[in-house]
Amino acid sequence: MEGSVVQPHALETNQKPWPAGGLTRVPYRVFQKDETYESEQERIFQGPLWHYLCMEIEIANGGDFRTTKVGETPVVVSRDYDGEIYAFENRCAHRGALICLETQGKGRKDFSCVYHAWTYDTKGNLIGVAFKDGVKGKGGMPETFRMQDHNPRKLRVASVNGLVFGSFSEEVPPIEEYLGEEILSRIDRVLGRRKPVVIGRYTQVLPNNWKLYMENVKDSYHASILHLFFTTFELNRLSQKGAIIVDETGGHHVSYSAIDPEAAKSEEYAKQQLRSESEYKLADPSLLQGFDDYGDGVTLQILSVFPTFVLQQIQNAIAVRQIVPRGIERTDLNWTYLGFADDTPEQRLVRLKQANLVGPAGYISMEDGCVGGFVQRGIAGAADEEAVLEMGGALAESSESRVTEASVRGFWKAYRTHMNL
Amino acid sequence: MDAFRLIVQAQSAYIRCIDDDRLEEWPDHFHGRCKYVVTSAANYREGLEAGIIFANSRGMLQDRVSALREANIYERQSYRHILGQPAILSQNGAEIRTETPFLVARILQDGDTDLFATGRYLDLYRIEDNEAKLEERTVVCDSSRIDTLLALPL
Repeated sequence: MEGSVVQPHALETNQKPWPAGGLTRVPYRVFQKDETYESEQERIFQGPLWHYLCMEIEIANGGDFRTTKVGETPVVVSRDYDGEIYAFENRCAHRGALICLETQGKGRKDFSCVYHAWTYDTKGNLIGVAFKDGVKGKGGMPETFRMQDHNPRKLRVASVNGLVFGSFSEEVPPIEEYLGEEILSRIDRVLGRRKPVVIGRYTQVLPNNWKLYMENVKDSYHASILHLFFTTFELNRLSQKGAIIVDETGGHHVSYSAIDPEAAKSEEYAKQQLRSESEYKLADPSLLQGFDDYGDGVTLQILSVFPTFVLQQIQNAIAVRQIVPRGIERTDLNWTYLGFADDTPEQRLVRLKQANLVGPAGYISMEDGCVGGFVQRGIAGAADEEAVLEMGGALAESSESRVTEASVRGFWKAYRTHMNL
Repeated sequence: MDAFRLIVQAQSAYIRCIDDDRLEEWPDHFHGRCKYVVTSAANYREGLEAGIIFANSRGMLQDRVSALREANIYERQSYRHILGQPAILSQNGAEIRTETPFLVARILQDGDTDLFATGRYLDLYRIEDNEAKLEERTVVCDSSRIDTLLALPL
Protein backbone atom coordinates (compact mmCIF):
# COMPACT_ATOMS: atom_id res chain seq x y z
CA MET A 1 0.00 0.00 0.00
CA GLU A 2 3.04 2.24 0.22
CA GLY A 3 2.51 3.56 -3.29
CA SER A 4 -0.92 4.94 -2.39
CA VAL A 5 0.35 7.17 0.42
CA VAL A 6 0.01 10.77 -0.71
CA GLN A 7 3.00 12.83 0.27
CA PRO A 8 2.56 16.53 1.12
CA HIS A 9 4.74 17.71 -1.76
CA ALA A 10 2.69 15.64 -4.16
CA LEU A 11 -0.43 17.37 -2.87
CA GLU A 12 1.00 20.74 -3.64
CA THR A 13 1.89 19.86 -7.18
CA ASN A 14 -1.60 18.47 -7.71
CA GLN A 15 -3.26 21.61 -6.43
CA LYS A 16 -4.87 23.91 -8.91
CA PRO A 17 -3.41 27.41 -8.99
CA TRP A 18 -5.17 30.12 -6.99
CA PRO A 19 -7.47 32.09 -9.30
CA ALA A 20 -6.43 35.50 -10.64
CA GLY A 21 -7.67 38.59 -8.83
CA GLY A 22 -5.19 38.72 -5.98
CA LEU A 23 -6.85 38.70 -2.58
CA THR A 24 -10.31 39.37 -4.00
CA ARG A 25 -10.97 35.81 -5.08
CA VAL A 26 -11.20 32.67 -2.96
CA PRO A 27 -11.84 29.32 -4.65
CA TYR A 28 -14.56 27.36 -2.86
CA ARG A 29 -12.54 24.16 -2.99
CA VAL A 30 -10.49 25.36 0.00
CA PHE A 31 -13.59 24.75 2.13
CA GLN A 32 -14.22 21.30 0.68
CA LYS A 33 -11.15 19.25 -0.05
CA ASP A 34 -9.42 16.58 2.00
CA GLU A 35 -5.98 17.55 0.77
CA THR A 36 -6.49 21.17 1.84
CA TYR A 37 -7.65 20.09 5.28
CA GLU A 38 -4.69 17.75 5.73
CA SER A 39 -2.24 20.34 4.52
CA GLU A 40 -3.70 22.88 6.98
CA GLN A 41 -3.12 20.50 9.87
CA GLU A 42 0.53 20.37 8.95
CA ARG A 43 1.24 23.90 7.79
CA ILE A 44 -1.14 25.94 9.96
CA PHE A 45 -1.79 23.92 13.08
CA GLN A 46 1.63 22.33 13.44
CA GLY A 47 3.33 25.23 11.65
CA PRO A 48 5.12 28.35 12.89
CA LEU A 49 2.03 30.01 14.34
CA TRP A 50 0.68 30.62 17.82
CA HIS A 51 -2.53 28.90 18.91
CA TYR A 52 -4.67 29.84 21.86
CA LEU A 53 -4.67 27.15 24.56
CA CYS A 54 -6.45 28.57 27.62
CA MET A 55 -6.43 31.39 30.16
CA GLU A 56 -3.73 31.51 32.83
CA ILE A 57 -6.44 31.87 35.48
CA GLU A 58 -7.90 28.51 34.43
CA ILE A 59 -4.72 26.81 35.59
CA ALA A 60 -3.79 29.15 38.41
CA ASN A 61 -1.98 26.72 40.72
CA GLY A 62 0.59 23.97 40.48
CA GLY A 63 -1.11 20.73 39.43
CA ASP A 64 -3.96 22.51 37.59
CA PHE A 65 -4.48 21.42 34.01
CA ARG A 66 -6.79 21.68 31.04
CA THR A 67 -7.00 19.68 27.85
CA THR A 68 -7.57 21.39 24.54
CA LYS A 69 -6.78 21.01 20.87
CA VAL A 70 -4.45 22.65 18.40
CA GLY A 71 -6.14 21.86 15.14
CA GLU A 72 -6.98 18.19 15.49
CA THR A 73 -4.12 17.46 17.86
CA PRO A 74 -5.09 16.93 21.50
CA VAL A 75 -2.98 18.91 23.96
CA VAL A 76 -2.57 19.04 27.74
CA VAL A 77 -1.88 22.47 29.25
CA SER A 78 -0.50 22.13 32.73
CA ARG A 79 0.80 24.36 35.53
CA ASP A 80 3.82 22.70 37.06
CA TYR A 81 4.74 23.03 40.72
CA ASP A 82 7.57 25.32 39.59
CA GLY A 83 4.81 27.84 38.72
CA GLU A 84 5.42 27.67 34.98
CA ILE A 85 2.92 26.62 32.31
CA TYR A 86 3.74 23.65 30.08
CA ALA A 87 1.90 22.21 27.12
CA PHE A 88 2.39 18.82 25.54
CA GLU A 89 0.64 16.52 23.18
CA ASN A 90 -2.06 14.47 24.86
CA ARG A 91 -0.60 11.32 23.34
CA CYS A 92 1.21 8.61 25.22
CA ALA A 93 4.70 8.07 23.83
CA HIS A 94 4.15 4.35 24.08
CA ARG A 95 1.20 3.40 21.88
CA GLY A 96 -0.50 6.72 21.30
CA ALA A 97 -3.46 6.65 23.70
CA LEU A 98 -4.70 9.84 25.33
CA ILE A 99 -2.68 10.57 28.45
CA CYS A 100 -5.41 12.64 30.07
CA LEU A 101 -9.12 12.00 29.62
CA GLU A 102 -10.53 14.89 31.66
CA THR A 103 -11.28 18.39 30.38
CA GLN A 104 -9.81 20.03 33.45
CA GLY A 105 -8.61 19.28 36.93
CA LYS A 106 -6.61 20.38 39.96
CA GLY A 107 -3.85 19.11 42.19
CA ARG A 108 -2.52 16.61 39.66
CA LYS A 109 0.85 15.14 40.64
CA ASP A 110 1.34 13.34 37.34
CA PHE A 111 -0.51 12.02 34.30
CA SER A 112 -0.73 8.31 33.86
CA CYS A 113 -1.85 6.64 30.66
CA VAL A 114 -4.66 4.18 31.46
CA TYR A 115 -3.49 1.69 28.85
CA HIS A 116 -0.11 0.59 30.28
CA ALA A 117 0.41 3.16 33.05
CA TRP A 118 3.23 5.05 31.41
CA THR A 119 3.43 8.09 33.60
CA TYR A 120 4.34 11.71 32.86
CA ASP A 121 5.14 14.58 35.18
CA THR A 122 3.28 17.89 34.95
CA LYS A 123 5.87 19.16 32.46
CA GLY A 124 5.10 16.28 30.08
CA ASN A 125 8.24 14.24 30.78
CA LEU A 126 7.98 10.47 30.88
CA ILE A 127 8.87 9.46 34.42
CA GLY A 128 7.54 5.95 34.76
CA VAL A 129 6.98 2.81 32.69
CA ALA A 130 5.02 -0.02 34.31
CA PHE A 131 7.09 -3.23 34.67
CA LYS A 132 10.05 -1.41 33.13
CA ASP A 133 12.46 -3.86 34.74
CA GLY A 134 10.20 -6.84 34.22
CA VAL A 135 8.91 -9.21 36.86
CA LYS A 136 11.27 -11.52 38.73
CA GLY A 137 14.03 -10.71 36.28
CA LYS A 138 11.98 -11.60 33.26
CA GLY A 139 10.44 -9.37 30.61
CA GLY A 140 10.68 -5.60 30.87
CA MET A 141 12.18 -2.99 28.62
CA PRO A 142 15.64 -3.48 27.08
CA GLU A 143 18.67 -1.97 28.82
CA THR A 144 18.97 0.55 26.00
CA PHE A 145 15.55 2.09 26.68
CA ARG A 146 15.86 5.65 27.96
CA MET A 147 12.72 7.34 29.26
CA GLN A 148 14.04 10.79 28.31
CA ASP A 149 13.99 9.77 24.65
CA HIS A 150 10.26 9.07 24.79
CA ASN A 151 8.19 12.13 25.50
CA PRO A 152 5.06 13.41 23.82
CA ARG A 153 5.89 16.41 21.67
CA LYS A 154 6.10 19.57 23.74
CA LEU A 155 4.75 22.91 22.64
CA ARG A 156 6.43 26.25 23.02
CA VAL A 157 4.27 28.30 25.36
CA ALA A 158 3.84 32.06 25.68
CA SER A 159 1.39 34.27 27.59
CA VAL A 160 -0.06 37.63 26.67
CA ASN A 161 -2.21 39.40 29.26
CA GLY A 162 -3.17 36.06 30.78
CA LEU A 163 -3.92 34.38 27.42
CA VAL A 164 -1.85 31.24 26.96
CA PHE A 165 -0.69 30.41 23.45
CA GLY A 166 1.26 27.39 22.24
CA SER A 167 3.07 26.29 19.13
CA PHE A 168 4.43 22.98 17.90
CA SER A 169 7.02 24.83 15.84
CA GLU A 170 10.52 25.78 16.94
CA GLU A 171 10.57 28.40 14.17
CA VAL A 172 7.63 30.41 15.46
CA PRO A 173 8.64 34.04 16.14
CA PRO A 174 8.33 35.40 19.69
CA ILE A 175 4.66 36.08 20.48
CA GLU A 176 5.21 39.86 20.77
CA GLU A 177 6.70 39.92 17.28
CA TYR A 178 4.00 37.58 15.97
CA LEU A 179 1.21 39.84 17.21
CA GLY A 180 2.81 43.23 16.67
CA GLU A 181 2.42 46.34 18.80
CA GLU A 182 -1.00 47.37 17.59
CA ILE A 183 -2.62 44.01 18.32
CA LEU A 184 -0.78 43.74 21.64
CA SER A 185 -2.04 47.12 22.75
CA ARG A 186 -5.61 46.19 21.80
CA ILE A 187 -5.40 42.96 23.81
CA ASP A 188 -3.96 44.93 26.69
CA ARG A 189 -6.86 47.36 26.45
CA VAL A 190 -9.32 44.55 27.27
CA LEU A 191 -7.33 42.38 29.67
CA GLY A 192 -4.46 44.51 30.97
CA ARG A 193 -4.26 45.62 34.61
CA ARG A 194 -7.32 43.55 35.53
CA LYS A 195 -7.84 40.08 36.87
CA PRO A 196 -10.25 38.20 34.62
CA VAL A 197 -12.54 35.46 35.93
CA VAL A 198 -14.32 32.82 33.88
CA ILE A 199 -18.09 33.15 34.23
CA GLY A 200 -19.22 30.54 31.68
CA ARG A 201 -18.09 28.16 28.95
CA TYR A 202 -20.01 26.82 25.98
CA THR A 203 -19.20 25.12 22.72
CA GLN A 204 -21.12 25.93 19.57
CA VAL A 205 -20.80 23.20 16.97
CA LEU A 206 -20.70 24.88 13.58
CA PRO A 207 -21.79 22.99 10.45
CA ASN A 208 -19.04 24.45 8.33
CA ASN A 209 -15.35 24.67 7.59
CA TRP A 210 -13.33 26.58 10.21
CA LYS A 211 -12.23 29.23 7.72
CA LEU A 212 -15.83 30.26 7.03
CA TYR A 213 -16.15 31.20 10.69
CA MET A 214 -12.87 33.13 10.68
CA GLU A 215 -14.02 35.01 7.57
CA ASN A 216 -17.24 35.86 9.38
CA VAL A 217 -15.37 37.17 12.43
CA LYS A 218 -13.30 39.47 10.22
CA ASP A 219 -16.23 40.62 8.11
CA SER A 220 -17.37 44.03 9.31
CA TYR A 221 -19.47 44.41 6.15
CA HIS A 222 -22.07 41.87 7.22
CA ALA A 223 -22.55 43.03 10.79
CA SER A 224 -25.19 45.69 10.16
CA ILE A 225 -26.96 43.62 7.51
CA LEU A 226 -27.27 40.14 8.97
CA HIS A 227 -27.54 41.15 12.62
CA LEU A 228 -30.64 43.26 13.04
CA PHE A 229 -30.39 43.28 16.79
CA PHE A 230 -26.97 44.90 16.75
CA THR A 231 -27.78 47.79 14.44
CA THR A 232 -31.17 48.74 15.75
CA PHE A 233 -29.76 49.43 19.17
CA GLU A 234 -26.84 51.43 17.83
CA LEU A 235 -24.30 48.92 18.99
CA ASN A 236 -22.65 48.63 15.63
CA ARG A 237 -23.97 51.04 13.04
CA LEU A 238 -21.58 51.52 10.19
CA SER A 239 -21.99 55.25 10.80
CA GLN A 240 -20.50 54.95 14.25
CA LYS A 241 -16.98 56.14 14.80
CA GLY A 242 -14.74 53.21 14.33
CA ALA A 243 -12.12 51.56 12.21
CA ILE A 244 -10.57 48.34 11.06
CA ILE A 245 -6.99 47.53 11.88
CA VAL A 246 -5.32 44.89 9.74
CA ASP A 247 -1.77 43.99 10.71
CA GLU A 248 1.06 43.66 8.20
CA THR A 249 0.71 39.90 7.84
CA GLY A 250 -3.00 40.34 7.17
CA GLY A 251 -3.80 37.59 9.63
CA HIS A 252 -4.67 39.59 12.73
CA HIS A 253 -7.34 42.24 12.87
CA VAL A 254 -9.23 44.56 15.15
CA SER A 255 -12.61 46.03 14.35
CA TYR A 256 -13.85 48.61 16.80
CA SER A 257 -16.49 51.26 17.11
CA ALA A 258 -17.59 53.90 19.54
CA ILE A 259 -20.93 55.63 19.93
CA ASP A 260 -21.20 58.70 17.75
CA PRO A 261 -24.79 59.92 18.24
CA GLU A 262 -24.57 62.53 15.48
CA ALA A 263 -23.36 60.16 12.79
CA ALA A 264 -25.90 57.56 13.82
CA LYS A 265 -28.66 59.94 12.73
CA SER A 266 -27.10 60.52 9.32
CA GLU A 267 -29.44 60.38 6.33
CA GLU A 268 -27.07 58.27 4.31
CA TYR A 269 -27.63 55.36 6.60
CA ALA A 270 -31.40 55.71 6.66
CA LYS A 271 -31.44 55.91 2.87
CA GLN A 272 -30.02 52.46 2.52
CA GLN A 273 -33.36 50.95 3.55
CA LEU A 274 -31.67 48.09 5.27
CA ARG A 275 -33.75 45.46 6.96
CA SER A 276 -32.24 46.71 10.18
CA GLU A 277 -34.23 49.95 10.02
CA SER A 278 -37.42 48.32 11.30
CA GLU A 279 -39.12 49.59 14.43
CA TYR A 280 -37.98 47.36 17.23
CA LYS A 281 -37.88 48.24 20.88
CA LEU A 282 -36.90 46.25 23.92
CA ALA A 283 -39.47 45.61 26.63
CA ASP A 284 -36.58 45.50 29.10
CA PRO A 285 -33.91 47.93 27.89
CA SER A 286 -31.73 47.16 30.92
CA LEU A 287 -30.09 44.54 28.68
CA LEU A 288 -28.15 47.30 26.97
CA GLN A 289 -27.65 49.57 29.95
CA GLY A 290 -24.06 48.79 30.62
CA PHE A 291 -21.12 50.75 31.90
CA ASP A 292 -17.95 52.04 30.28
CA ASP A 293 -15.54 49.25 31.21
CA TYR A 294 -12.53 51.00 29.75
CA GLY A 295 -13.35 54.69 29.97
CA ASP A 296 -12.84 55.21 26.25
CA GLY A 297 -16.38 55.04 24.87
CA VAL A 298 -15.55 52.03 22.72
CA THR A 299 -18.61 49.79 22.74
CA LEU A 300 -17.29 47.09 20.47
CA GLN A 301 -13.89 45.62 19.81
CA ILE A 302 -13.53 42.35 17.95
CA LEU A 303 -9.93 41.21 17.72
CA SER A 304 -8.66 38.14 15.92
CA VAL A 305 -5.28 36.47 16.00
CA PHE A 306 -4.40 34.26 13.07
CA PRO A 307 -5.40 31.55 12.67
CA THR A 308 -8.12 30.73 15.21
CA PHE A 309 -8.40 33.09 18.17
CA VAL A 310 -10.87 35.86 18.90
CA LEU A 311 -11.03 38.29 21.82
CA GLN A 312 -14.34 40.04 22.05
CA GLN A 313 -15.68 43.09 23.82
CA ILE A 314 -19.29 43.80 22.94
CA GLN A 315 -20.30 46.42 25.45
CA ASN A 316 -19.69 44.57 28.73
CA ALA A 317 -19.79 41.09 27.23
CA ILE A 318 -16.16 40.02 27.27
CA ALA A 319 -15.24 36.64 25.84
CA VAL A 320 -12.53 34.66 24.19
CA ARG A 321 -13.39 32.34 21.34
CA GLN A 322 -11.25 29.44 20.27
CA ILE A 323 -11.95 27.88 16.90
CA VAL A 324 -11.15 24.18 16.55
CA PRO A 325 -11.60 22.32 13.26
CA ARG A 326 -13.29 18.94 13.74
CA GLY A 327 -13.40 17.92 10.11
CA ILE A 328 -13.80 19.62 6.75
CA GLU A 329 -17.39 20.66 7.46
CA ARG A 330 -17.45 20.75 11.24
CA THR A 331 -15.95 23.25 13.65
CA ASP A 332 -16.05 23.72 17.40
CA LEU A 333 -16.42 27.29 18.54
CA ASN A 334 -15.39 27.37 22.20
CA TRP A 335 -16.73 30.37 24.08
CA THR A 336 -15.22 31.42 27.40
CA TYR A 337 -17.19 34.27 28.94
CA LEU A 338 -15.22 36.56 31.21
CA GLY A 339 -15.84 38.96 34.02
CA PHE A 340 -13.31 40.66 36.25
CA ALA A 341 -12.48 39.93 39.86
CA ASP A 342 -13.23 43.54 40.82
CA ASP A 343 -16.72 43.58 39.27
CA THR A 344 -19.37 44.92 41.63
CA PRO A 345 -22.50 42.71 41.89
CA GLU A 346 -24.30 45.24 39.68
CA GLN A 347 -21.57 45.07 37.06
CA ARG A 348 -21.56 41.28 37.12
CA LEU A 349 -25.33 41.27 36.58
CA VAL A 350 -24.82 43.48 33.53
CA ARG A 351 -22.37 40.92 32.14
CA LEU A 352 -24.83 38.08 32.77
CA LYS A 353 -27.54 40.01 30.95
CA GLN A 354 -25.29 40.98 28.07
CA ALA A 355 -24.14 37.38 27.68
CA ASN A 356 -27.52 37.13 25.89
CA LEU A 357 -25.91 39.02 23.03
CA VAL A 358 -23.29 36.36 22.33
CA GLY A 359 -22.80 32.61 22.32
CA PRO A 360 -25.00 29.89 20.78
CA ALA A 361 -28.23 31.79 21.58
CA GLY A 362 -26.75 35.26 21.21
CA TYR A 363 -29.00 37.99 19.85
CA ILE A 364 -26.11 39.13 17.70
CA SER A 365 -24.17 35.93 17.23
CA MET A 366 -26.66 33.14 16.63
CA GLU A 367 -26.74 34.02 12.93
CA ASP A 368 -22.99 33.54 12.74
CA GLY A 369 -23.60 29.98 13.89
CA CYS A 370 -25.75 29.16 10.88
CA VAL A 371 -24.52 31.45 8.11
CA GLY A 372 -21.32 29.46 7.63
CA GLY A 373 -23.49 26.39 7.11
CA PHE A 374 -25.51 28.28 4.50
CA VAL A 375 -22.24 28.90 2.61
CA GLN A 376 -21.04 25.34 3.06
CA ARG A 377 -24.32 24.03 1.62
CA GLY A 378 -24.45 26.72 -1.04
CA ILE A 379 -21.04 25.94 -2.49
CA ALA A 380 -21.61 22.19 -2.80
CA GLY A 381 -20.74 21.19 -6.34
CA ALA A 382 -19.05 24.54 -7.02
CA ALA A 383 -15.43 23.73 -6.13
CA ASP A 384 -14.09 25.67 -9.07
CA GLU A 385 -16.24 28.75 -8.49
CA GLU A 386 -14.95 31.65 -6.40
CA ALA A 387 -16.02 34.03 -3.67
CA VAL A 388 -15.80 37.74 -4.52
CA LEU A 389 -14.15 39.99 -1.93
CA GLU A 390 -14.06 43.45 -3.48
CA MET A 391 -15.86 45.54 -0.89
CA GLY A 392 -13.50 48.38 0.01
CA GLY A 393 -11.01 47.55 -2.75
CA ALA A 394 -8.47 44.85 -3.26
CA LEU A 395 -6.00 45.44 -0.45
CA ALA A 396 -5.73 44.10 3.07
CA GLU A 397 -5.01 47.34 4.87
CA SER A 398 -6.32 49.18 7.89
CA SER A 399 -9.32 51.31 7.07
CA GLU A 400 -11.42 54.01 8.69
CA SER A 401 -14.46 52.62 6.95
CA ARG A 402 -15.98 49.44 8.22
CA VAL A 403 -17.81 48.93 4.92
CA THR A 404 -14.94 46.82 3.75
CA GLU A 405 -13.74 43.27 3.44
CA ALA A 406 -10.14 44.32 4.05
CA SER A 407 -9.63 42.06 7.04
CA VAL A 408 -11.24 39.10 5.26
CA ARG A 409 -8.73 39.63 2.44
CA GLY A 410 -6.09 39.86 5.17
CA PHE A 411 -7.06 36.41 6.41
CA TRP A 412 -6.47 34.99 2.94
CA LYS A 413 -3.21 36.85 2.60
CA ALA A 414 -1.87 35.20 5.74
CA TYR A 415 -3.45 31.86 4.86
CA ARG A 416 -1.84 31.76 1.44
CA THR A 417 1.53 32.71 2.90
CA HIS A 418 1.47 29.85 5.36
CA MET A 419 -0.08 27.37 2.95
CA ASN A 420 2.28 28.38 0.16
CA LEU A 421 -0.67 28.90 -2.20
CA MET B 1 -55.55 19.10 43.23
CA ASP B 2 -52.33 18.21 44.96
CA ALA B 3 -49.15 20.18 44.23
CA PHE B 4 -47.59 17.39 42.21
CA ARG B 5 -50.47 17.31 39.76
CA LEU B 6 -50.55 21.10 39.51
CA ILE B 7 -46.85 21.11 38.65
CA VAL B 8 -47.22 18.37 36.02
CA GLN B 9 -50.06 20.35 34.51
CA ALA B 10 -47.99 23.54 34.42
CA GLN B 11 -45.06 21.72 32.84
CA SER B 12 -47.14 20.15 30.09
CA ALA B 13 -48.70 23.50 29.29
CA TYR B 14 -45.21 25.01 29.10
CA ILE B 15 -43.80 22.52 26.63
CA ARG B 16 -46.94 22.53 24.48
CA CYS B 17 -46.62 26.29 24.19
CA ILE B 18 -43.09 25.98 22.77
CA ASP B 19 -43.66 22.87 20.66
CA ASP B 20 -46.88 24.31 19.17
CA ASP B 21 -45.03 27.52 18.22
CA ARG B 22 -47.07 29.74 20.52
CA LEU B 23 -43.93 31.52 21.74
CA GLU B 24 -45.78 34.77 22.39
CA GLU B 25 -47.47 32.96 25.30
CA TRP B 26 -44.18 31.58 26.65
CA PRO B 27 -43.48 34.53 29.01
CA ASP B 28 -46.94 34.04 30.55
CA HIS B 29 -45.71 30.78 32.05
CA PHE B 30 -43.42 32.76 34.35
CA HIS B 31 -44.49 34.70 37.42
CA GLY B 32 -42.91 36.89 40.08
CA ARG B 33 -39.15 36.77 39.68
CA CYS B 34 -39.44 35.52 36.07
CA LYS B 35 -35.97 34.03 36.27
CA TYR B 36 -35.00 31.86 33.32
CA VAL B 37 -31.46 30.60 32.72
CA VAL B 38 -30.19 28.03 30.23
CA THR B 39 -26.87 26.62 31.34
CA SER B 40 -24.91 23.37 31.17
CA ALA B 41 -24.17 20.72 33.76
CA ALA B 42 -20.47 21.64 33.76
CA ASN B 43 -21.14 25.34 34.30
CA TYR B 44 -23.78 24.60 36.94
CA ARG B 45 -21.43 22.27 38.82
CA GLU B 46 -18.65 24.84 38.78
CA GLY B 47 -20.97 27.65 39.82
CA LEU B 48 -20.32 29.63 36.62
CA GLU B 49 -23.22 32.00 36.40
CA ALA B 50 -23.33 33.08 32.77
CA GLY B 51 -26.04 31.29 30.85
CA ILE B 52 -26.61 30.65 27.17
CA ILE B 53 -29.81 32.53 27.87
CA PHE B 54 -30.37 34.66 30.97
CA ALA B 55 -33.55 36.51 31.90
CA ASN B 56 -34.70 37.99 35.18
CA SER B 57 -37.76 39.91 34.12
CA ARG B 58 -40.88 39.31 32.08
CA GLY B 59 -39.64 41.98 29.70
CA MET B 60 -36.46 40.02 28.99
CA LEU B 61 -38.56 36.94 28.21
CA GLN B 62 -40.75 38.96 25.87
CA ASP B 63 -37.66 40.43 24.21
CA ARG B 64 -36.33 36.93 23.55
CA VAL B 65 -39.54 36.13 21.70
CA SER B 66 -39.67 39.36 19.71
CA ALA B 67 -36.00 39.00 18.77
CA LEU B 68 -36.73 35.49 17.47
CA ARG B 69 -39.77 36.69 15.60
CA GLU B 70 -38.47 39.97 14.23
CA ALA B 71 -34.71 40.17 14.37
CA ASN B 72 -32.85 36.90 14.42
CA ILE B 73 -32.15 34.84 11.32
CA TYR B 74 -32.28 31.08 11.63
CA GLU B 75 -33.74 28.22 9.69
CA ARG B 76 -37.31 27.37 10.49
CA GLN B 77 -37.36 24.67 13.16
CA SER B 78 -39.48 23.20 15.88
CA TYR B 79 -38.92 21.21 19.06
CA ARG B 80 -40.56 18.19 20.60
CA HIS B 81 -40.12 18.18 24.37
CA ILE B 82 -40.45 14.93 26.29
CA LEU B 83 -40.47 15.34 30.08
CA GLY B 84 -39.99 12.85 32.85
CA GLN B 85 -41.83 12.99 36.14
CA PRO B 86 -40.97 15.97 38.35
CA ALA B 87 -39.14 15.10 41.56
CA ILE B 88 -40.14 17.33 44.44
CA LEU B 89 -36.89 18.45 46.09
CA SER B 90 -38.24 20.68 48.82
CA GLN B 91 -41.34 22.48 49.93
CA ASN B 92 -41.43 25.69 51.90
CA GLY B 93 -45.00 26.85 52.39
CA ALA B 94 -46.35 27.62 48.95
CA GLU B 95 -42.88 27.38 47.37
CA ILE B 96 -41.85 24.07 45.84
CA ARG B 97 -38.53 23.19 44.25
CA THR B 98 -38.58 20.45 41.63
CA GLU B 99 -36.26 18.72 39.24
CA THR B 100 -37.61 17.34 35.96
CA PRO B 101 -35.63 15.55 33.25
CA PHE B 102 -36.22 16.47 29.61
CA LEU B 103 -35.36 15.37 26.10
CA VAL B 104 -35.74 17.79 23.21
CA ALA B 105 -35.73 16.73 19.57
CA ARG B 106 -35.21 19.46 16.98
CA ILE B 107 -36.98 19.19 13.65
CA LEU B 108 -35.54 21.34 10.85
CA GLN B 109 -37.51 22.52 7.84
CA ASP B 110 -36.10 19.80 5.61
CA GLY B 111 -37.32 17.18 8.08
CA ASP B 112 -33.96 16.38 9.65
CA THR B 113 -34.72 15.39 13.23
CA ASP B 114 -32.03 15.19 15.89
CA LEU B 115 -31.82 14.75 19.60
CA PHE B 116 -30.95 18.39 20.27
CA ALA B 117 -30.73 18.60 24.06
CA THR B 118 -31.12 16.55 27.19
CA GLY B 119 -31.04 17.81 30.74
CA ARG B 120 -33.18 18.81 33.67
CA TYR B 121 -35.35 21.69 34.70
CA LEU B 122 -34.56 22.98 38.16
CA ASP B 123 -37.73 24.85 39.00
CA LEU B 124 -39.17 26.97 41.72
CA TYR B 125 -42.98 26.92 41.73
CA ARG B 126 -45.38 28.87 43.86
CA ILE B 127 -48.75 27.26 44.45
CA GLU B 128 -51.39 29.95 44.37
CA ASP B 129 -55.10 29.92 43.52
CA ASN B 130 -54.93 26.22 42.73
CA GLU B 131 -52.23 26.87 40.13
CA ALA B 132 -48.49 26.09 40.04
CA LYS B 133 -46.76 29.31 39.04
CA LEU B 134 -43.21 29.13 37.72
CA GLU B 135 -41.00 31.68 39.48
CA GLU B 136 -37.61 30.38 38.41
CA ARG B 137 -36.48 27.86 35.84
CA THR B 138 -32.84 26.86 35.42
CA VAL B 139 -32.45 24.66 32.37
CA VAL B 140 -29.35 22.55 33.00
CA CYS B 141 -28.34 20.91 29.72
CA ASP B 142 -26.30 17.76 30.20
CA SER B 143 -23.85 18.85 27.53
CA SER B 144 -22.08 22.18 26.98
CA ARG B 145 -22.14 21.58 23.22
CA ILE B 146 -24.92 23.21 21.24
CA ASP B 147 -25.41 22.23 17.64
CA THR B 148 -25.35 25.31 15.35
CA LEU B 149 -27.48 27.55 17.52
CA LEU B 150 -30.10 27.66 20.25
CA ALA B 151 -32.97 29.71 18.89
CA LEU B 152 -36.21 28.55 20.52
CA PRO B 153 -36.24 28.38 24.31
CA LEU B 154 -35.97 25.04 26.07
